[in-house]
Amino acid sequence: MPAVSKGDGMRGLAVFISDIRNCKSKEAEIKRINKELANIRSKFKGDKALDGYSKKKYVCKLLFIFLLGHDIDFGHMEAVNLLSSNKYTEKQIGYLFISVLVNSNSELIRLINNAIKNDLSSRNPTFMCLALHCIANVGSREMAEAFAGEIPRILVAGDTMDSVKQSAALCLLRLYKTSPDLVLMGEWTSRVVHLLNDQHMGVVTAAISLITCLSQKNPDEFKTCVSLAVSRLSRIVSSASTDLQDYTYYFVPAPWLSCKLLRLLQCYPPPEDGAVKGRLVECLETILNKAQEPPKSKKVQHSNAKNAILFEAIALIIHYDSEPNLLVRACNQLGQFLQHRETNLRYLALESMCTLASSEFSHEAVKTHIETVINALKTERDVSVRQRAADLLYAMCDRSNAKQIVAEMLSYLETADYSIREEMVLKVAILAEKYAVDYSWYVDTILNLIRIAGDYVSEEVWYRVIQIVINRDDVQGYAAKTVFEALQAPACHENMVKVGGYILGEFGNLIAGDPRSSPLVQFNLLHSKFHLCSVPTRALLLSAYIKFINLFPETKSTIQEVLRCDSQIRNSDVELQQRAVEYLKLSSIASTDVLATVLEEMPPFPERESSILAKLKKKKGPGAVSAGELEEGKREGGEVNGWEVNQQKSEPSQENASSLTTSPSPTPTAMHLSLTSFFFPSSLSQSTPSPSADLLGLRSAAPVSAAPVSAGSLLVDVFSEAGPAASTAGVNDDGFLRFVCKNNGVLFENQLLQIGIKSEYRQNLGRMYLFYGNKTSVQFVSFSTTLKPVDPLVEGGAQVQQVINIECLSDFSDAPLLNIKFRYGGALQNLSLKLPVTINKFFQPTEMSSHDFFQRWKQLSQPQQEAQKIFKANHPMDTEVLKAKLLGLGTALLDNVDPNPENFVCAGVIQTKAQQIGCLLRLEPNAQAQMYRLTLRSSKDTVAKRLCELLSEQF
Amino acid sequence: MIGGLFIYNHKGEVLISRVYRDDIGRNAVDAFRVNVIHARQQVRSPVTNIARTSFFHVKRSNIWLAAVTKQNVNAAMVFEFLYKMCDVMTAYFGKISEENIKNNFVLIYELLDEILDFGYPQNSETGALKTFITQQGIKSQHQTKEEQSQITSQVTGQIGWRREGIKYRRNELFLDVLESVNLLMSPQGQVLSAHVSGRVVMKSYLSGMPECKFGMNDKIVIDKQGKAGASDEAGKSSGKQSIAIDDCTFHQCVRLSKFDSERSISFIPPDGEYELMRYRTTKDIILPFRVIPLVREVGRTKLEVKVVIKSNFKPSLLAQKIEVRIPTPLNTSGVQVICMKGKAKYKASENAIVWKIKRMAGMKESQISAEIELLPTNDKKKWARPPISMNFEVPFAPSGLKVRYLKVFESKLNYSDHDVIKWVRYIGRSGIYETRC
Repeated sequence: MPAVSKGDGMRGLAVFISDIRNCKSKEAEIKRINKELANIRSKFKGDKALDGYSKKKYVCKLLFIFLLGHDIDFGHMEAVNLLSSNKYTEKQIGYLFISVLVNSNSELIRLINNAIKNDLSSRNPTFMCLALHCIANVGSREMAEAFAGEIPRILVAGDTMDSVKQSAALCLLRLYKTSPDLVLMGEWTSRVVHLLNDQHMGVVTAAISLITCLSQKNPDEFKTCVSLAVSRLSRIVSSASTDLQDYTYYFVPAPWLSCKLLRLLQCYPPPEDGAVKGRLVECLETILNKAQEPPKSKKVQHSNAKNAILFEAIALIIHYDSEPNLLVRACNQLGQFLQHRETNLRYLALESMCTLASSEFSHEAVKTHIETVINALKTERDVSVRQRAADLLYAMCDRSNAKQIVAEMLSYLETADYSIREEMVLKVAILAEKYAVDYSWYVDTILNLIRIAGDYVSEEVWYRVIQIVINRDDVQGYAAKTVFEALQAPACHENMVKVGGYILGEFGNLIAGDPRSSPLVQFNLLHSKFHLCSVPTRALLLSAYIKFINLFPETKSTIQEVLRCDSQIRNSDVELQQRAVEYLKLSSIASTDVLATVLEEMPPFPERESSILAKLKKKKGPGAVSAGELEEGKREGGEVNGWEVNQQKSEPSQENASSLTTSPSPTPTAMHLSLTSFFFPSSLSQSTPSPSADLLGLRSAAPVSAAPVSAGSLLVDVFSEAGPAASTAGVNDDGFLRFVCKNNGVLFENQLLQIGIKSEYRQNLGRMYLFYGNKTSVQFVSFSTTLKPVDPLVEGGAQVQQVINIECLSDFSDAPLLNIKFRYGGALQNLSLKLPVTINKFFQPTEMSSHDFFQRWKQLSQPQQEAQKIFKANHPMDTEVLKAKLLGLGTALLDNVDPNPENFVCAGVIQTKAQQIGCLLRLEPNAQAQMYRLTLRSSKDTVAKRLCELLSEQF
Repeated sequence: MIGGLFIYNHKGEVLISRVYRDDIGRNAVDAFRVNVIHARQQVRSPVTNIARTSFFHVKRSNIWLAAVTKQNVNAAMVFEFLYKMCDVMTAYFGKISEENIKNNFVLIYELLDEILDFGYPQNSETGALKTFITQQGIKSQHQTKEEQSQITSQVTGQIGWRREGIKYRRNELFLDVLESVNLLMSPQGQVLSAHVSGRVVMKSYLSGMPECKFGMNDKIVIDKQGKAGASDEAGKSSGKQSIAIDDCTFHQCVRLSKFDSERSISFIPPDGEYELMRYRTTKDIILPFRVIPLVREVGRTKLEVKVVIKSNFKPSLLAQKIEVRIPTPLNTSGVQVICMKGKAKYKASENAIVWKIKRMAGMKESQISAEIELLPTNDKKKWARPPISMNFEVPFAPSGLKVRYLKVFESKLNYSDHDVIKWVRYIGRSGIYETRC
């Protein structure tokens, strides 16, 4: 760049600027600017042609005025004129004005582009650089349209100067970022990649930024860059610090280039070529070795440059995740940094360790630093570093150290920074849940958590603890005792009161034997908190009271007294008032038996994805949860919140229905699976083991072979949709009928065994998955079914799966039978069940117009082809439910066919191996009489009859 | 009430800071500087609310005066006080400028202690203040006890604005009627809005405790008199020339009860100069000048402007300091002006052509024509054509107000109304006097 000569000082500009600076007030400044603008206008307007110098000076003044915040609406033309000047400074000012002030003005853009083109094609490198800088600074789409084709040519041309090449590479990068569709590398690709071999380090540095960006979009095209990058890297790494001269920074050879090379390599998997890979590993080892060497300089720049390369190398090692040796070395290196006095280094080390912890090779190595990390958590001054330490603790936690880590995190929580408390609470809750070896420990931990940081405990956490207590018989007594003790504290958090109310309401009887926690004591304890609580908590407590009446009849009068008092029965809150009134009536009218039924113990909750986890996922926990490993969990809040007496009747079936798929698995790693979501432990559905990044190891394995419908969470929706219609489970016939209109659910359940079904049908073929869940804690021996041999041992709490293939040969009316035999505690159990395979499963829906439908309807007019039934509605007549059922039947629901919109019309073809049977259906609801008329016409009379029978039970 | 008072220079440096109440912290000083003086956008509202603290400011040349309060005070009162304070300072040391304030800061603090007490405005009568706050600090030590007690009794007495025992050889008084006339006129000559705000300023050099009575051609008074003496010819003829005053305010010396009941203005005047009353009229305003603009755009690069001004008052009167300001477009690159009278110049720093005429008699007209060359710009923004504004000074009251009498009674001393020499002067100035073009 030529130095600004003395004559170019632009005295006028300096005077103007100093005038502005000396202005005493805004008004004075505006006056001065107005004067100057008028002067420039008259100069530009003047008939005399201005020389380049004054043009430059005035354009400069305009720029300055613009930068002061005033509008400039002239002078563009003069600036464009400057572009064609041969003097560097004039051209430079022209380009400066254009890149600061250009707007998409059509005629000017054309002129500007022309000037830029001239400069690009000139032989003068400084002019070319100026033009390239201008293109990059403007970086608009128009610029990209005009020059995207030109710049790659300049970039790879053999005779281009190095400095121009650098500018061209960066300019192209900028254009690519603004409009990637316009920058097409195509033919240039290989030549651009070969820039990595350029003699000039500056060119390589600029080119590598471009290549990294390009290869992120199309990795395949730039694959060849890997070997070049590796060789370049190895040359740099192995060079002595004096080799690279200008590119040695505080004794570190080309640190920026090394970092960029390492980052480029992170876009690709490990190289397949053994030689290349060997060389790369050598490089990485050298980098790690160099980190051990004593520093060549005390300057901070030296260590910064060195560490930058090191961290980038570690990131690459983690990215490859295939070299145990390197991973462990990286971990050890980071371990040294953990106690470094440089805060930034500690932060970075903790952050990198988080990712290292998730690698199976280095997990153990990371674990060795647990003491240091815990120490960092306790003593670190910088809150962001503390947070990283907490993250790392979370990441390195496994069964062996869970207790220690959870204890440490809990103790840290008391002093933790407010901003990270909620996240910490979630993490503690998850770790406690995930690695709980015994549930009493879990309950203790969570109650502690609520005590220490009640405000930060979200709803999900206490919902979870209640779900687990309800589902686990063995901890109920312990939980009740602990809660009771916790509630005795003079001041306890509202969440604690909620948990306490719920658990004592359910399991207060388990500790009532002790005179210190007699029913009345329990009640008084709860009620002492009542007045301090918010409305939702009070509502929950009222429900707990009515449960008390059931559990301990001796408290009835006391509780009735409480319910009767004005502050409840006349409460201004509708919800509280309603509960008080209803519970009071219920307790006084209903007999003990009715009470006992209504206020039965809560059925176990279905196991779903831990909602806490979903919550943590929502808050970005860096390094805590890898994305996409869990499906979006449904909020479980509804279940616990919906803990109301009047809902209980319908709930059990629904809940039980969905819990089948989630009974604990036999694999030891998933022993705590009750906490995890849908997990299909069978060999069939086992997806490939995920990389160890998986948080809970609970990748919700959607069965590989399963149809789209069977993706885990959908199951739940299917059930909840049919919720109100579902009748009590346990009776097989009933269970059988429930499957007419759906494919998945619980077929049978008693105290010992639960059988769930998932099935799918296509044409005349079907596949059914049967899940046998052992509900007890004792194993079933000599377990066998009539269908296929299965594992004769079913562990307590475990589940086995069986797959049946079904083919429909011809139409049928009787369902196949399933016999199950097993020994439970020595007693032989024998079960005989109808498999829910009905003729309608083989329906193919047929869409047809109104005209077609009635034509066929008339064709099937013979009396034996028709089956009709008039019956009373068993369920409320809800159009949406009806529609869902008819669709579940497998037929096509035809709209706008029947003249009466209330009526439903369906059509379908039943596929059997022997023949195809067409079926037409018409359902006429009569809302007033609560009756239905169902008409079926089919080309085969038996089919019409059977379908009519099946369907009449459904509505 | 006012919690504190700050004076800043144009850079926002605090020159004077006086805090009267504890609820105003030190940070209030900075808050005003950051949010008003150094604000990115120019703050146009004189009242700014920052963090539940209200700042009332006025600007005199480059000096900011800001009153601060946390209470819900009467904003008009605060501004009245600020203006009064400006007057007091001007009376003490002349122009309010940074240098003057720096040179007199001891005096200013002394004044602030006197005119505001715990945030409540006190006596701000310059004449009274000057008796006990003097620039020569030594002098007060030589004041006799008598003098001091006299000052005390005056300041705390019923007539705080006048001390007793004033004696003049020549009893004299000067009465100035100062008006400013505001106008907005359409290009066709239609009056869109017009009003006159006027002040009656009096300078009295009278002995003793004179009782004065001021009379003017107030419509209500004239009508009442007309009714009382229906046969009185004079009353009728003067009734035509009476003016309707929309609203008025008086100096504290005027007995408001008397004004309310009889609409007569009677008072014991302070010594020296003071403002007797302020008023506003909107009806039957005499517009001293008429501006007739003619703007023609010739193509994209040229503009022709012709402006005619007509004086509309008695030919015997002379208007002075006439200035017409014709705004020019923002892309003006050159201006040629031809005018028959006065001097005209294109002022680039103000984006206007300024035409100055020293004197002009009534019922005359004069014109200016200008050719404005424009620079073609990229912006398609059309020029908004701001109105042409005008400044002038005429020796009559555009509202039509006339002083009918000012009677002086002094019973104790032996001079009568006839012995007092009275001077009356009318000055009409332009306020915002604009014509759209």
